[in-house]
Order: sequence, then C-alpha cells, then structure tokens
Amino acid sequence: MSLISNITAATLAKDIRLEWRSKDAINSMLFFGLLVVVVFSFSFDPIAEESRRIAGGLVWVAFLFAAVVALNQTWAREVRNQVLDAYRISPAPANSLFLAKALGNFLFVIVLEALMTPLFIVFYKLRALGPAWMLIPIAVLGTWALVVNGTFFAAMSLRTRAREIMLPLLLFPISLPAILAMVRATTAILTADEPAKFWIVLLATYDVVFTTACLLLFETVLQAE
Amino acid sequence: MKRAFPILGILTAVLLSYGLYEALVVAPTEQTMGDVQRIFYYHVSSAWTAFLLFTINFVASVIYLIRRSPVADAVAVVTAEVGLVFCTVVLVTGPIWARPVWGIWWTWDVRLTSTLVLWLIYVSYLMLRRFSTSGQTPLLAAVLAVFGALDVPIVYFSIWFFRTQHPQPVIGGGGSIDSRMMHALLINWLAFLCFAFLVCWSRYRLEVLRREVEEVQSQESMFEARSAR
Amino acid sequence: MTDSKSSRHPNTPIVVVTDLVKQFGRFAALRGVTAAFEGGRLYAVLGDNGAGKTTLLRALAGLTHPTRGSISILGTDALRSVSSQVGYMAHPSLLYDEMSGMENLRYFSRLYGILSDERCRQVIRLVGLDPELTRPVGQYSQGMRQRMSLARALLQDPKILLLDEPFSNVDATSGREMVKLLGQMRDAGKTIFVVTHQSALLETVTDEFVWMQAGQIVRRTGGPGSAPLVSTDQSPGAERRKPDSS
Repeated sequence: MSLISNITAATLAKDIRLEWRSKDAINSMLFFGLLVVVVFSFSFDPIAEESRRIAGGLVWVAFLFAAVVALNQTWAREVRNQVLDAYRISPAPANSLFLAKALGNFLFVIVLEALMTPLFIVFYKLRALGPAWMLIPIAVLGTWALVVNGTFFAAMSLRTRAREIMLPLLLFPISLPAILAMVRATTAILTADEPAKFWIVLLATYDVVFTTACLLLFETVLQAE
Repeated sequence: MKRAFPILGILTAVLLSYGLYEALVVAPTEQTMGDVQRIFYYHVSSAWTAFLLFTINFVASVIYLIRRSPVADAVAVVTAEVGLVFCTVVLVTGPIWARPVWGIWWTWDVRLTSTLVLWLIYVSYLMLRRFSTSGQTPLLAAVLAVFGALDVPIVYFSIWFFRTQHPQPVIGGGGSIDSRMMHALLINWLAFLCFAFLVCWSRYRLEVLRREVEEVQSQESMFEARSAR
Repeated sequence: MTDSKSSRHPNTPIVVVTDLVKQFGRFAALRGVTAAFEGGRLYAVLGDNGAGKTTLLRALAGLTHPTRGSISILGTDALRSVSSQVGYMAHPSLLYDEMSGMENLRYFSRLYGILSDERCRQVIRLVGLDPELTRPVGQYSQGMRQRMSLARALLQDPKILLLDEPFSNVDATSGREMVKLLGQMRDAGKTIFVVTHQSALLETVTDEFVWMQAGQIVRRTGGPGSAPLVSTDQSPGAERRKPDSS
C-alpha cells in the first residue's frame, strides 16, 4: 500500500511541477474557462428570471466542456517519447499511475471551476436560496465523477484512431446519470425547490462504484498494447 | 445444424404472423388509448429482447475478461449489434406511441430514458470497436461493457428519482394488464426472441467466417514475404 | 575475437523463446522464433528493417504480447514478475523532455522502489554524464539523450538489458563510450541484447551475432550456437550476410 502511495505522490508531484514550469496548459485552460462562461452568458440571457433555474445546468455543462479539454491532455506528455513504455515495464502498479493522473486532473479541473464559478455568479447574479455550503461536496463529488472516468477513458482512447474525439464519445454516455445528479443537486441548492440529499448520495454512490471499477481495470487497459 | 436454420426461420415467420394477428385483431382495444396502444406489443417485445441481448453481451464481456476466449468476444460483438437494432426500435416506437396519445414526442419516462442511455452506451461501444487500432480491441470493448453495465442501474435510479420530483407522463402504462393482452405480448415476445436468435446466428456465422478469413490471410502473410525476397 | 570470450563459465539459458509468433493484423512481424540465450553474453541482433528485431525486443520486454508461442525469462513465463530484472531502452528516450536528467531518474527510480538519490547520481556518472546538469533532457544532443536513457534502464541494476538501436544518430564519442560500458556490464555478468544497424561499432564486445530476416532468426555466429539455424529460408540473402568487418 505504501508503495502505491509513494509512486502516486511522486507522479503527482512530477506532474504538478511540470505543469507549473511550463504553465502552458494552465494559462490556456484558464482562458478557455473564461471564454466558455462568456459564450454561455451571451447565449443564455442572464437577465431573464429563468436563468436562475437553469444556472445549475449551465454551470456544469461549462465545467464538462472545460474538463474534456483538460482530460485530453492527461497522457500527452507520456505519449511523447513513449514514456508510458517505461512505466509499463517497471514493477510499479498501474493503479498508482492512475490515481496520480486522476488526482492531478481533479486538482486542475477544480482550479478551473474556482475561476469560472465567480464569473457565473457575477454574470447571472446567482444567489443560493438553499444551504450554500453544500455546493462544496457537490462540486467535489461531481468533479471526481467526471475526472475518474475521464482519466480512464483517456487511457483507453490512446489505443484508438481519432483519439481526442473518442474521449467524449466514451465519457458522455456513461456520465449521464452523474451529470443529472450534479445539475439537479446544484439547482436544488440554488432554488431550494427540491431536496439535494438524494442527488448527493447518488453522486457518492456513482463515485464509489466507478472509482472501484477504474482501479480494478486500469492495469488491464495500461498493459494492452 | 444447417438444416435447423430454415426450420427456425419458418417457425419465426409463423410466430411473427401469429403475433401480428394476436396484436392487431385478437387483443382487446385499450380503453383510454384506443388502437394506437397496439404498438405496445412491439415496443415492449423489442425492449425485453434488447435488454436480454445486452445482458448476454455483459456476461460474454466478463467471460472474455476472465478467460480471453475468442468465442466470448464474438458473442459480445454480435449481441451488441443486434441488441442495438432492437434498442433503436424501442426508441422509435416510443415517440410514435407518445405523440398521438399525449401530444408530445418525448418525455422523461424512466424506461424510455434509461433505454436512450443504454443505446448511447452501446453506440459508443461499437464506435470503440471500430476505432480501436490495437489488437486488444476485444479487451477494451469488454472493459467498456462492464462500465456500461455498472452504469445502467444508476441511470435507472437517477431518472426514477428525477420523475418523482418532476412528474411526467408515463409511456407504456403501469399497473395491471388484461390477460388477453398479456397473451398477445408473450406471443410477440417469443416471436421476437426467435427472430433475434436467427439474426444473431447469421451474424455469428458471419463473424466466424470473417475471423477465419483473417486467420488465413495472416497465415499467408507468414509465408509470403519469404518468397518475395 | 569472440572465441576467447565465449570460453567463460558455463551458463544456463536465461531467455528462452519458443515458437514465438506476433501478428499485427495481417502482418506477421515474428513468424515462429525459437531460440535460447545464455546469461552473461552480449547478443547483437541484426537484420533489415521489418525483420522483426524491434518486435522481438519488445516481446522480451513484455511490451508486446505474443500472438502465439511463449517467452521465458529467468525461468518464468510471467514477465511482469521479473520486470525489475529487465532494463529496456529504445530510440525514443523514454524520458520527459521537460525535466533534467537527475529529475527524470529520480522519478523513474521511485517506480522501482529506489528512494535514494545516490543511485541516480551513480548511474548518471556511469554513463559519463554530469548529475548536476540542470538542462532539460529535451535540449540534450542525441548522444547525451541516449546515454541518459541507458542510465534510466540501468537504475534498478537489471540482470538483462534490452537495447533497441541505442546508437542511431549518436556521435562517435558517445557511441564508443556506450560500447565500452556495455562490455563492462557484460563482463559483470549482465545479459545484453542490442538491436543495431552498426555491427562494426559493437564488434569488439559482441559475443554472438543474431541475424533476423522476415520475422525469424536465420543465423547465429560467434558463440556455441554458431552453426546456421535449420531454416526453410533458402533465399540467397541469408547466405550472403556476414559480420561487417570493415
């Protein structure tokens, strides 16, 4: 167990360090996040009363698009120079690599969300009528749901043509119940029209089920040539 | 075995005709929806058939993951394709039914929406198979099938709860069903199962032949370049 | 040249390949390779492009799964279990271009459970590079990059080294240094496989030349297995091939 966490920590630290050094992805993604919010604001008139009710959906769809762009970069550095081969031939468990990449993606997407959320609040004059603190577990669980499967499918897409379109093609159908849950939970908090508890529990269940599936099956996918 | 195919074909044709008769003539007219309701026999039969085929796909995928059996993989691809066709029928007949009865094309009906998600998952499954470059296509597809199977109950629950918060018309009706209607439904389902089996069988034969051809071509390429030097 | 080296202590085969077949779709990269390789020797694997050399090495490394046949390394079929005993190097460097050599090795050593930096420094010095160099690997010359890649392959002190074209585009000095190092490793008991087009460079340290053609081993010279293998390949090309003595 400690071997896994050593390698996970080392891999995560390496990825963060590399990302921080070049700041390529961070800069472009932050700008992309901003652009998405602006496009949505233009498309869905923020003044109308209805916006409050659909804000939950808008926000998560925006996060989803930003997440897909980020997820497609998950393995980009490893694919250059065939570094994945070095990982595959080592005795390191595939899970440690997966966890590191998933956590890295998670942090990255959370940073994006942290940027995009205040913008949405400002543009849509959002106010939570329900308990606003609950938005945090929703954000955490929802983001993890997208990122855990996204990291996994990004690895699967490496073995296909049309790599970058394959990721959303695989991710979206499987994520539909999680997306529904994230959106409904967020809307529940914003409008206080319905209870959020069921949706949060559903998200947590989804996260547990798929994190387990990913951890069990990642070795198989990594070792597939 | 070869003779069984035409026999089964005839049996299927008979059952389908009988089922048609049952559905359109014998079964009583539904009291609120009228004759439009008769599409139910095809809608539900297709749904049950599709779910059965997808279940077989899931089982075959798990077997493949455990044993790497090529037969399991062939069964998986066959049931995915044929299942998808029946699933499409469900998604088409649903709105056709809904429109005259409730005036809407679509609704967040639990079963219909779950079927839509299942359809999307299996389209992505077939796309993965098509776009995969490595020789490990069966493995990746099997993994995706497992993910899909894990997803389905969650999908069902999520939409079920959504509906309790936002009630919508139910396509397909709930509650009890007249015994003559049940009879017609079962006949039609049996006919659909036979038909599905026939199609799967043909597709399976096709798949086996395709693999044999590939095998022969591979064998040939083993000897070919030597003489080319 | 090679005879004196081959009269060393007797070795049991530590790499055994049995009827190995690898097909990529319709293309058969390996068409039934059967061979046994003893420990403590340096094998130069030669042949034209498309002969299957890279595929064979990747199969030994466990990166490619055989279509048919088997591979046994250090007595076991389960290649994953002996992965810490195998080092692999190929033309892509298997290193992160954005990090320095030391940072790269520090990371990869973690994958093998090596937590100390000292081993990384040691191995970088062994290949003739400076551990304190902070330049990212992407800015190295090809010679330096290949040497750093070799260092990475040596981190866990593997018993078996698989090197796929380590000298391509490498300057003469780096090449000679690497060859000298390989000889030393071989003398220390490592088993080394080198796929190369530059057999002349390796001549002084090679124990056995292994020729491949069209997915099979057609000839081995320079060691106990020096008689041409029984092969159905009667084409004139196989007979004409000799070690490059120029």
